[in-house]
Amino acid sequence: MAKSPETEHPNKVFGWGARDKSGVLSPFHFSRRDNGENDVTVKILFCGVCHTDLHTIKNDWGYTYYPVVPGHEIVGIATKVGKNVTKFKEGDRVGVGVIAGSCQSCESCDQDLENYCPQMSFTYNAIASDGTKNYGGYSENIVVDQRFVLRFPENLPSDSGAPLLCAGITVYSPMKYYGMTEAGKHLGVAGLGGLGHVAVKIGKAFGLKVTVISSSSKKEEEAINHLGADSFLVTTDPQKMKAAIGTMDYIIDTISAVHALYPLLGLLKVNGKLIALGLPEKPLELPMFPLVLGRKMVGGSDVGGLKETQEMLDFCAKHNITADIELIKMDEINSAMERLAKSDVRYRFVIDVANSLSPP
Amino acid sequence: MERLSGEKAQSVEAFGWAARDSSGHLSPFVFSRRKTGEEEVRVKVLYCGICHSDLHCLKNEWHSSTYPLVPGHEIVGEVSEIGSKVSKFSIGDKVGVGCIVDSCRTCESCREDQENYCTKAVATYNGVHHDGTINYGGYSDHIVVDERYAVKIPHTLPLASAAPLLCAGISMYSPMKYFGLAGPDKHVGIVGLGGLGHIGVRFAKAFGTKVTVISSTTGKSKDALETLGADGFLVSTDEDQMKAAMGTMDGIIDTVSASHSISPLIGLLKSNGKLVLLGATEKPFDISAFSLILGRKSIAGSGIGGMQETQEMIDFAAEHGIKAEIEIISMDYVNTAIDRLAKGDVRYRFVIDIANTLAATRS
Repeated sequence: MAKSPETEHPNKVFGWGARDKSGVLSPFHFSRRDNGENDVTVKILFCGVCHTDLHTIKNDWGYTYYPVVPGHEIVGIATKVGKNVTKFKEGDRVGVGVIAGSCQSCESCDQDLENYCPQMSFTYNAIASDGTKNYGGYSENIVVDQRFVLRFPENLPSDSGAPLLCAGITVYSPMKYYGMTEAGKHLGVAGLGGLGHVAVKIGKAFGLKVTVISSSSKKEEEAINHLGADSFLVTTDPQKMKAAIGTMDYIIDTISAVHALYPLLGLLKVNGKLIALGLPEKPLELPMFPLVLGRKMVGGSDVGGLKETQEMLDFCAKHNITADIELIKMDEINSAMERLAKSDVRYRFVIDVANSLSPP
Repeated sequence: MERLSGEKAQSVEAFGWAARDSSGHLSPFVFSRRKTGEEEVRVKVLYCGICHSDLHCLKNEWHSSTYPLVPGHEIVGEVSEIGSKVSKFSIGDKVGVGCIVDSCRTCESCREDQENYCTKAVATYNGVHHDGTINYGGYSDHIVVDERYAVKIPHTLPLASAAPLLCAGISMYSPMKYFGLAGPDKHVGIVGLGGLGHIGVRFAKAFGTKVTVISSTTGKSKDALETLGADGFLVSTDEDQMKAAMGTMDGIIDTVSASHSISPLIGLLKSNGKLVLLGATEKPFDISAFSLILGRKSIAGSGIGGMQETQEMIDFAAEHGIKAEIEIISMDYVNTAIDRLAKGDVRYRFVIDIANTLAATRS
């Protein structure tokens, strides 16, 4: 008889999981492996709620393995470290992000790009190398190979720093890779949610001029006065869109719903780059004339390698960049998901796991 | 043959072939060109390549054609007159004129030798000159152009087979350089083995790049491998072959203008790979964001090249003996050639022998 989630591993763990594509999360008992030689066991303090969590619990992408325990913006305390672990000791404040495993021997892994390893496994909803399922951070603790654990910088708060583990690296990595760090250049940030608001802050720290691109003017005042954006462009205002044509060196497109690329491509200067980070379940329409007429590019990017994630955390600590969060209790997660689906959050929910996750 | 009323008469009579409507049918056409300006050269046209763009424009497929339309932007000729301030050329020089004959000259693109991306770039044919007149292209006896938009053809390059370099050549050379696909440690895929594709293979080999031709049928495999020297030939409709080739290419240059799916091409790219689109496809492509995100891949466009880069490309071609595979035709064969081009029936570029066959068509 196949092992149940509770008996699969030796150590019983409690968390919240979804059992089907209704996406409703509820108390869930499962188990985790013993702390191996290379592992760190993390008692979870906080876990950010990423849009990917919502896509996954609803099986939007068609590959959710239920029951699923989401959560890949995890901050906690190391409570056990294996005998080969050199980077961490018990009591250290650590983070776990999107990736919990990779082959550790391919070209990508050798280049600290575990995120592009063909055998990379996600922190949740993935099958680990031993054939068991990975469960994520909406739970008491997690056991992770030291390579995939991050040191949390001293001055980075655990709660508002947690979203950096996915949202932060997801925007930081392409900004570095695609050369969006030249002070004075103009960055457009399309979509002002979890990723977008962090992109604005990181963009300003790189010395860029930042314009937020949004379909409504609701968030304009905040974008400018609170997040520090230089300007705000409403896509439904044809005159303003026309005036902004050919003004941006790059665009970080964080919009998670299907949307038109054509107007965004028009905003780019010649040789401009649009990096698509949102993952809608339907294909995007890519018109090719704007690309050819201005040698423009649409690229993708997938979180970042572990070395780069650490670099990003240190960068954010240095520049006092944290996420704007709404702290919630574990049992508020379902209404938080409903609000997230309507983009009704400024700008990331973070679950206060340590103080609100209690077994029934 | 007639001089159409309503056409602004200029100073110098010219003769060529034009289409009068979107049937695209070409026939003799008497018109006129401006006097040679201070910074301009008058070029007696010797050869003109037939580009697929000519076909698109003749039939008004891009809905922007003005008739009568004299196509031709792969022009090779001889300088017959120079303006008083011309410094680059002398009478008798062999020169090429490509796809653009003017630009604003002041924007960032123009200042960075990327006149091709200037939003005010003026097309060699069907474009509008700053005096308001319509530009007529290279299917004619001569052309007048600002010296900035002409390139010198080294004497080591045979003229007829150099003509396609002015559009097809630069269209492949530029993205291979810009997107880092020129070099011995790179593998580039070229989709479509036509005018652009075949020259792309030759440039790639000259760069030392490993090159695989990607085609929907096996028909051109022998040509690709034996005549052009490609390292591999991949049939895009063969599932097994495509699967084996996944994740093997640093870049792909897609020259196909007909509607097609690009998702399988993205799968052929290595991590960080780039798909560069050149073909003028009207319908947008459907792409899954996942296919770009997993592997940090990108899709870009590219269109010809700046004037300095075009000269650099011509010089590189001369140095490495790169020429197009052409079928030389007489002027009066042009309608048949256009029909054959529409069916892909050419190995691999028609070039009109203007100097020897145009005049005879004037009755």
